[in-house]
Order: sequence, then C-alpha cells, then structure tokens
Amino acid sequence: MGLLDSSGDLSAEMEVDAFRRLFPLRYYERHLAESIRPDGRPLGRARDTTVALGAVSSADGSALAKIGSTTMLAAIKMEVMTPSAESPDEGCIAIEFHMPPICSPIVRPGRPAEAAVVVSKQLSDTILSSGMIDLKELALVSGKAAWMAYLDIYCLDADGALFDAALLSAVAAFSHCKHLSPFLIVPTSYTLLLSLIHVSARYSLAVQIPVVSVNDKGKIVAFTEEGDGRKLEKEAVNKEKIKLTLGSIPFSLTCALHKKYILADPTSEEESIMETLVTVVMDSSDRLVSFYKPGGPALAYTSLVTDCVALTRHRMKELEKILDEAFSGMEVD
Amino acid sequence: METDRKDGRTPNQLRPLKCSRNILHRAHGSASWSQGETKVLAAVYGPKAGTKKNEDPEKACIEVIWKPKTGQIGKAEKECEMIMKKTIQSICLLTINPNTTTSVIVQVVNDDGALLPCAINAACAALVDAGIPLKHLAVAICCCVAEEGSVVLDPTKLEEQQMRGFAYLVFPNSALSALPEGSYLVNGEPLEHGIITSVTHGVMSVDEYLKCVDRGRAACAKLSGFLRNSLQKSQFPSDTSSKAA
Repeated sequence: MGLLDSSGDLSAEMEVDAFRRLFPLRYYERHLAESIRPDGRPLGRARDTTVALGAVSSADGSALAKIGSTTMLAAIKMEVMTPSAESPDEGCIAIEFHMPPICSPIVRPGRPAEAAVVVSKQLSDTILSSGMIDLKELALVSGKAAWMAYLDIYCLDADGALFDAALLSAVAAFSHCKHLSPFLIVPTSYTLLLSLIHVSARYSLAVQIPVVSVNDKGKIVAFTEEGDGRKLEKEAVNKEKIKLTLGSIPFSLTCALHKKYILADPTSEEESIMETLVTVVMDSSDRLVSFYKPGGPALAYTSLVTDCVALTRHRMKELEKILDEAFSGMEVD
Repeated sequence: METDRKDGRTPNQLRPLKCSRNILHRAHGSASWSQGETKVLAAVYGPKAGTKKNEDPEKACIEVIWKPKTGQIGKAEKECEMIMKKTIQSICLLTINPNTTTSVIVQVVNDDGALLPCAINAACAALVDAGIPLKHLAVAICCCVAEEGSVVLDPTKLEEQQMRGFAYLVFPNSALSALPEGSYLVNGEPLEHGIITSVTHGVMSVDEYLKCVDRGRAACAKLSGFLRNSLQKSQFPSDTSSKAA
C-alpha cells in the first residue's frame, strides 16, 4: 500500500522521536519483532523495583514502592471503633486509592480519574479476599471495640502498572505496621479518669498503634506512658510490640497483550498503545487470587493464560526477595 | 463430586433464560435479559455526534452508564461501567463511524447473582437491536468454584456468597452455527475459545480457574445458540420474547 511504503521510506529520513509519536504502533512492532522493547527490556522482564519502609513517620505503618517510574506511597493509620453487629469479633480495613494531579497530566483536580476508582475497588477486593489480614486479629473487646485500619495509597507518579505498585506498597505497609498489645486498666479515681481521657497517644517512634484502655464506663480511651510524667496506679508490665501477622501475601503482575506478544509490566505509553491489559494476582501459596482482564481487542487463549501465570510466578519470587531485603534493612527491634 | 443446589439444578445447568428486544420505544435499541431472578434492562442510544474529552476522535466512542437498583452510584458501579465499556469496545467495529458516541445504559431490575454477565448479554442484544456495527457478539457466564474444587455454573446470589470463589467470563459468540473443518484457528484454538473478559473474586488454584474457563466455554456455546435464536425472531414486540430453559 502507498501509505505503508511512504511511512517505510519516511522512517529512514524521520527522526526516531517523530516516528515514535506519529506511528507508535509500528514503532513498537518493529521492536517486538526483535523480542525487545524500546527501553531495552526483554518482553518478560519487569522494571526495577524498590521498596522503602517507614516513609511516613506519623503513620502506624507506611511504605514507598517504586516500579520503574511508577511511585506509590502507602500509609496506615489505626483507630478504635465499635465493630458491627454482624461481626462483633472482627476489625475493619478501609482502603482508599488516590490519584492526585501530581501523578499524571490527564488527572485534573476535582473529578477523580476513572483509573483511580477502578484500581481502588480492585485493591480492596484483592486485599480482603486474599486473606492476608485476619480481621479477627484486629479485635480488642468483643462487641465493643476493634481496630479500624485506614490504608491510604497515593500515586505520586503514574507510569503504567498502577495496580502492581499499589498492591506492593500496601503489602509493604501492612508488614511494617506494628501495634502494642492493648491491656485493661481500671482507673480508681475520677481525676485519673479525666487525665486519661485528655491525653493524646502517639509515641515518637510512631510505628505503633496507640496504647488503649477501657475505663469504667466501657469507653475506649488512649493514653501515653511517660509523655506527661503522670504515673498510673495500675499498669501492665509487659508491653510487647505486636506486628500484624500476615497470611499468604498477594503479588501481582500486569501484562499487556498484543497479537501474540505478552509484555510484562507495561509503561503508560505501552498501556495506551496496546489496549489489552491482564492483571494476574497470585499469593505465596501458589493460588490464583485474581485473573483480571477487563475486555480489550486481544483475546486470551489458554496458552496465553498459562504464560501470564508463569510470568507472575517468576515475578512473585523477585518481589518476595525485594520485600525481604527491605524488611531486614528496617529491623529496629 | 456433585454439589446439591438449593433450586435443584445440576452443577452444569443454567437458570431459565429470557430475552426480549425492542421494549423501549424512545431508545434506538433496547433489550431485557433475565437469567432466573436476575433481570437487567439495557438501552442503546447512538451513534450521536461528537466524542467525549480525552477520547480518540478517529474512532467511535462507547459510553456505559450503569444504574443500580437502589442506592447511589459508587465504586462498584464505576468498575462495572469500565469493564462493560472495554468489553463492548472489543466487539464493536469502531472505525465505521468515527467521532461519534454510542451510549449504553444498563438498569439493574433485580440482582440474584451473575449480575455482570447478565448485563453484558443484555447490552449485546440491545446493540443488535440498535443496529450498531459489531464484529461478533459476546456471551457472558458466571462460574463458581465450590469448597471441594468442583465448578458450578450460573450461581444465585446466595451461592455466590457461599462459594469459595467465582469468575465472570465473557467469550466471543461463534460467528457460524456450524464450524467447518479447518475453520479459522489462532494458535490451534478457534476464535470462540479466547476470553474477552475475565473478573474473578475469591481465591482458587490455577487448575480450578482453567476448569472454570473450559466449563464456561461449553456453556457459552449453548448461550450463543439461544442468543442467535432469539435475535432471529421478528422485530415486533408481540413476538420478540423468546424463552429457553
């Protein structure tokens, strides 16, 4: 065809950048035919990933995860609340994913980006259905008090594979989150009760959940130990920091499908050109937590499904190593 | 491993299907689809001039509006809208009417399990009723994985909540009623075997998921037959409703 020939001739004369902008699909197909991508990665390799724990010092648990340029900041704050009547022995996790305008030129203030709503819902479904956190562990007093964990994830730079980076940062923040074992104290005087009620509760190390107690009226109040120099009449002697024990941890990999090629961990440019994306989430006990393919021009045949799962397994091992390294670097106790 | 289901169905049995076209008179195309108690109404308006912001003007744009039965529109509805939009985009011929918008409005009449598959089926029938150019149709099904690993098709809402996990799968409708020898193959598998959309909830093993996909494919072949029959019936409201058990 005339057009094909002309672009073929033009490509010899045109600069690479211009060709990349004008004929993005052809530019990529030229690379895919050699089994490589414009940034030099082979098709099945994900970008460099780093995880930094404790990025937000005022939060009870936090992490900053970077996959290539995609950056996600996750922070967990814990609050006491009354559990619902249907599950009096369980705490609660509220997951919010925000895409502020800093992350991408297509996001403007005011209306949340469509991607933000979808990733938010996907994240809460995945984290809650994977059984990573046992909600019963978050209970304090059955029927009266339980921990509510607010997990907020902020996208600081959106460059493709948003769900992967968000899930990684959420998992890292949960594994960083520690809380003190709560204990009961019964104030014996009214003034002591007042002092308990009015004291705020964050330690300077700031990775723990506040220490709480139940007063006579059955209300949960928080207090600090030595912040104000007040001595309490009854105190528990052991206060161990308890980490939230995590069940099987989910890891994910997003792949872009184009004809017969599978590109692992696409950048935002690749995502917009190859419109079909598949996200596979697997957990450390090799079970499939989610196989998410929301439509798209390319169809997923059985061979493609097994290939994506194999790529995810491989990626899971890499991510487990990265998390372990980040964690051993952070061990303070 | 046979699971006893409350309504007496076998694990491979679908609920009674009902499809009616041309039920709304102002809409360019409309259809209602019900599977057992789950009923969804879909209406299509389009093509209308102009595309939305940030959409490619060289292609037709599809917009999906999902209206739940009760309550305000939240994240779950937005996610369903996005999934349906991408699914419908993959079956429409987008280059025929560039710089136009086709709106698909989905109204949930009753939710008794397998809501998203029902909505996709209704939307496809409505698109045919409106005359929007399509490559092929899409048929959707929900498969559950029970505790002991067996696959159960088309669950009710109660079954969905009790099962270990479920998957919504959408497959392309076969273009021909009977495939001749040496038909169009991709990687050794015919076109109908490709998954357009897959959304899973709950944890299952990879083998269980592949089993779901196989069962889903077989069931979708039957659904395709029903869809073809019901769409071939005449346009008049009095004889458009067709039933299948």
